Amino acid sequence: MGRPEHAVALVTGASKGIGSAIAKALAADGWHVAVNYRSDETGAKATVAAIEGAGGTAAVLEADVADGAVDQLFARAEEALGGPVLALVNNAGVRADNLAVQIDDADWDTVLNTNLSAAFRLTKRSLKPMLKARYGRIVNIASVVGPRANAGQANYAAAKAGLIGMTKTVSHEVARRGITVNAVAPGFIETDMTRDLLDGVVKSIPARRAGQPDEVAAAVRFLASDDAAYVTGTTLFVDGGMSA
Amino acid sequence: MATAVTPEAVEKVVFDALPQFGAEPSEISREASFEDLDVDSLDLAELSQIIEDEFGVQLKGDDVGKIKTVGDAVDMVVSRAG
Repeated sequence: MGRPEHAVALVTGASKGIGSAIAKALAADGWHVAVNYRSDETGAKATVAAIEGAGGTAAVLEADVADGAVDQLFARAEEALGGPVLALVNNAGVRADNLAVQIDDADWDTVLNTNLSAAFRLTKRSLKPMLKARYGRIVNIASVVGPRANAGQANYAAAKAGLIGMTKTVSHEVARRGITVNAVAPGFIETDMTRDLLDGVVKSIPARRAGQPDEVAAAVRFLASDDAAYVTGTTLFVDGGMSA
Repeated sequence: MATAVTPEAVEKVVFDALPQFGAEPSEISREASFEDLDVDSLDLAELSQIIEDEFGVQLKGDDVGKIKTVGDAVDMVVSRAG
């Protein structure tokens, strides 16, 4: 079965970087996109303007995904765009890096709550319209960190590895309803969030360069498409070969 | 506005919903087991959602695990509403 008309894609953390690129790529593929942001209203509006300028449909959606008010978030997305949320991209993420011996409880909880628990709550809520429609696409933005070690990111690695585990299990639960659940694991992508890390790591990347947000977005666009209907439970690494 | 919870109203909603999960309409009765109707755990989770939307009664995962027959489901919804 193909994607129903007026299907809405909710992309969390979509005001800039990878999330913004994903929102634009999905809109180019015909999804009506809810561009979620927490604080960067200017970036979110610019993303929506770029989508509309290219002939697509999008709306900004202000919310802190970590606060747990998911029913309200979905209601607002569906009201703004006039259709059910049938694609969810869990992209919103935060970092609070430190060596394990120095990570305090607050930094552990913040990273796990935003990167993993919020993604679960949104996934659970998104399954309601998806089960009803017998169609859905969930893409969790994981990371090469998690499957691989990265000193200084025990909290982030735990959350991202958790996302991959969640992806696999939920994919089994709903596969027979036309709903796919996959993860995309970016390596080092050039964004505001990673710029401070890049200098030291390029030499360790087989491709000898950082990736671009659009290269991650292309993978998400594929997994959200009808072409990927038989792809579920997998993790697609977009990492210049780092994890190979 | 949620529909008033009566055994008859719940039975009708449950009976009407089951064919969409593949249950043979002629085999649906209060005594029929979900296993015999080929209604699985994901189907029951969806049925719980339909019941919640219609009656405002929430069935938890633990509740759903105890349900074996169609009659069990109807009785549980009625008892949770009381």
